[in-house]
Amino acid sequence: MEHSVSFSVNICEMDPDYENLGEDEPDEEPIFQDLRESAASTQRSPETLQMDIFRECTDSQSDGTPDTEQSDGTPDTEQPDGTPDTEQPDGTPDTEQPDGTPDTEQPDGTPDTEQRSSLQRHCWSAATQKVLSSMPSRTVGKSSTAVTSQHSSQLHQNQASPHGSAHSFRPVRDGLSKVDVKEISTEENKKERLVSSIRGLSLGEGIRKLRAMPLSLTDKMEIRRLAFSGIAGNTLLSRNIQCYSHLRAYILRMWRQCLFSCHIILSFLQLWHLPMKRLSGRFGTGVLSYFLFLQTLLHFNFLLLIITGLFVVFPQAINPPPLYDSHLNNLTGLELLMGTGYLSQSLMFYGYYTNTITKTCSTGESPVCKADRSQIVPYSMPAAYFLTIVIAFFITCIILVYSMSRSFGRSLQVLKSKGNLAVQVFCSWDFKVSKKSSVRLHCENISNRLKELLSETISGEDKKSCKQRLCRLIVRLLAWAACLASIFSGAIAVHHMSEAFIKRRSFSDTELLLLSAVVSGFNLLLPGFFNLCAWLEKRDSPNVRICVSIFRNLLLKVSIVGVLCYRWLWRIAGEPGHHGLKCWESFVGQELYRLLLIDFIFTVLYTFIGEFLWRLFSKRMLKRNRKPVFDIARNVLELIYGQTLTWLGLLFAPLLPAVQIIKLFVLFYMKKSSVMLNCQASRKPWRASQMSTLFIFILCFPSFLVAAVSVIYTFWKITPSSGCGPFRNLTTVFQSSKLLRQELEISHPALSWLTWLYSSLVENPLILFSTTGVFLMVIYFHNQV
Amino acid sequence: MGTTASKLGKDLLSEYQELTFLTKQEILCAHKRFTELLTKDEKDLPNARVPMERILTLPELKSNPFRERICHVFSTSEDKDGSLTFEDFLDLLSAFSDSATLEIKSHYAFRIFDFDDDGTLDRGDLEKLVNCLTGETDDTRLTPEEMRQLISNILEESDIDKDGTVNLSEFQHVISRSPDFVSSFKIVL
Repeated sequence: MEHSVSFSVNICEMDPDYENLGEDEPDEEPIFQDLRESAASTQRSPETLQMDIFRECTDSQSDGTPDTEQSDGTPDTEQPDGTPDTEQPDGTPDTEQPDGTPDTEQPDGTPDTEQRSSLQRHCWSAATQKVLSSMPSRTVGKSSTAVTSQHSSQLHQNQASPHGSAHSFRPVRDGLSKVDVKEISTEENKKERLVSSIRGLSLGEGIRKLRAMPLSLTDKMEIRRLAFSGIAGNTLLSRNIQCYSHLRAYILRMWRQCLFSCHIILSFLQLWHLPMKRLSGRFGTGVLSYFLFLQTLLHFNFLLLIITGLFVVFPQAINPPPLYDSHLNNLTGLELLMGTGYLSQSLMFYGYYTNTITKTCSTGESPVCKADRSQIVPYSMPAAYFLTIVIAFFITCIILVYSMSRSFGRSLQVLKSKGNLAVQVFCSWDFKVSKKSSVRLHCENISNRLKELLSETISGEDKKSCKQRLCRLIVRLLAWAACLASIFSGAIAVHHMSEAFIKRRSFSDTELLLLSAVVSGFNLLLPGFFNLCAWLEKRDSPNVRICVSIFRNLLLKVSIVGVLCYRWLWRIAGEPGHHGLKCWESFVGQELYRLLLIDFIFTVLYTFIGEFLWRLFSKRMLKRNRKPVFDIARNVLELIYGQTLTWLGLLFAPLLPAVQIIKLFVLFYMKKSSVMLNCQASRKPWRASQMSTLFIFILCFPSFLVAAVSVIYTFWKITPSSGCGPFRNLTTVFQSSKLLRQELEISHPALSWLTWLYSSLVENPLILFSTTGVFLMVIYFHNQV
Repeated sequence: MGTTASKLGKDLLSEYQELTFLTKQEILCAHKRFTELLTKDEKDLPNARVPMERILTLPELKSNPFRERICHVFSTSEDKDGSLTFEDFLDLLSAFSDSATLEIKSHYAFRIFDFDDDGTLDRGDLEKLVNCLTGETDDTRLTPEEMRQLISNILEESDIDKDGTVNLSEFQHVISRSPDFVSSFKIVL
């Protein structure tokens, strides 16, 4: 308790009003003791909350410097000046105190005028001091009922005690009323509580904590000044620490400035800021999540392109290999679409890359390399190719798992669809919506939803008869059966077509195009069929409807990708010579390239013709006033499908991310204009955070996992073709790593520790499992803490 | 402690960056937009205060049904007229930014919904809140019956200590059940 008094005195010392004080140290003692006594008497009442706070204060203060405790007694030492009124500019409420009348007739919880006037001398706004008066001592978010009860109890104490302890002051000092000091101490207790709770922490932590407090910026700046002015290097150690933190802050600031002055990167990251703001202003958070997802995928592909471009494409571009066929020099339109001809011998596909080890001289002076081995810098193309793919996948995996863990942390409830009225009322307003008509629509939506929920609660659950329920069940089973049958038949059709073409052994252009077109056609038309089934099912809860639709679309894409992988990795790669293919990897790469392009063309056609026509149709024929709704789930799954193909194709066509980037870029502007023209905001609520978690999850698990497993399988089991590519004449791709190791050992024995590291870490499965375990634990802790 | 008319000092900028949830770009953008709202005379004053009517001409706030409450909550003016200085404006953007914590957002949401500024949400506040949410037109407004029923249901669901009002902690408890709150309580310039 004694500490608490020295506290309030401390803060007075920090206050600029009291700067001249601190000289009369020997005189302080008796006054100081009286203060302590009086303060103790007030705190003797059993207010456990208050005690806790003061105990906390003492805990935090125990780290503080001992010096500041000595030069205290400031309110008393003002007495020698003889003017107690200098403490408060507006002394009117305070002059009431010596009379002993309880000036504080306060209703519970509301800040009293005495407080307000004394707080005003610190130029705090009324709103802020109201916040402060309900502010818990250490943590924001503490129960304010507890805080307001504590506050009111403090006020009651203020009322109760002035009579009792005023006498102890009268003989000491005229004019210094107990309640003056109490007043200062009450409101300064709060301020000092804040300051002390921050002062005990390090600079960065303290500022972060201050940032999280709901005070006005002016007050935060003042508290910061007060809290951290004491760190003026009292001891040598703290001065050193301060130097270090200064240096660190300086370095961080330089780094941030560097980053921000890279205009290119900045403008890239802010690329679509304005269009997305317009979209969210009109359509709300739901449609925005699709475009945000598109932007995320664009960043992924950009990263992939940089990695492969730097380490694989660029070195090979500098040292072009000898061409196979010299007559394939012209590029026709069909060839651009098919990926054959000129493109098949370009950097685009696997077949272009050599398995040579280019040796360049490290010294740039003479064009003739000396025979001295140490000057030759070998760049092994096979090793580079292998390592680049592995590292690219690894980085993508880390980023995906990290973003998934982050969004999981935000939304743990996935399927809760119970309409809670209070949640609806408090959380449903979307502040991003800014256009007037959209705001009106938003209000309409909320009103409809509230009315629906109210009618449900008033009339109870919708009681259906047994017959109706049976009818519903039958309809749902039929719908599911129809969807599953369509997916199955689609997959079988693609499979049979593929087998038929393989059996014919020769691959003509039309056949290949037909296969890609059929796959894309299924991907385009079947989701429409699923929507029809969903409309027939008439589910009540929008969440369940969305999840069912996502699941069906996902099943379709997974089965089609599965059939195609079987075709490529088993049938074509298994017996390459069987099909008369010189370079099966390039062939697979071309197929993927074709699939991406034709998918894109079909999407363009569908967006321009399909959505536009559907809008006209629904307006004229169906006579609906509302435009159709943007189908978020379907579009996101299409994006995920495209990204799966890109990841699959990274091994076979290193420049495929570039194609995907161009495609995503055009898709953004196309979808944006289509949404603006043809669509309208949905009536049903879109649970944005849960859905984006779901999308990242789908991107990580089926999509990335399929790609990663195929690549691992290709590296491990499949024999590379002997006529082309960087891995020719090897039994498996993994062999190239062994070759690299041997090379390194020969040329640079100093780097042999690297090979030892590689062999002990990467090839030891135990280490891989344990690193995965450590990684998962890091994610878990990051989420919990 | 004021802002100069045309440019933001480096120290001040870094201090703002540390004490709010905004990035440097966002602060500069906010400064630009705020300066556009100032008249010629006001531009020379440090700590110029923009009256509420002019703040409400910003397109992000123009059609928001809570626009006046937002200005009142973030205003530090003595007259309680909803006028904002640049630092109040930064406070506003910081609370509505991407990186603000749930505690900050729910705290300010509570104050915005507290129409009579008494620290709790009573029946009157809830009624005004629902009227803001459902809009101006007659067919979207709730009937008095429905309103009564709605408010009773809300109080039943969220009032834990049964005092007839929703206080800050009860409000934060309700908010924590909705993962979408953080993403919908956002305004971007």
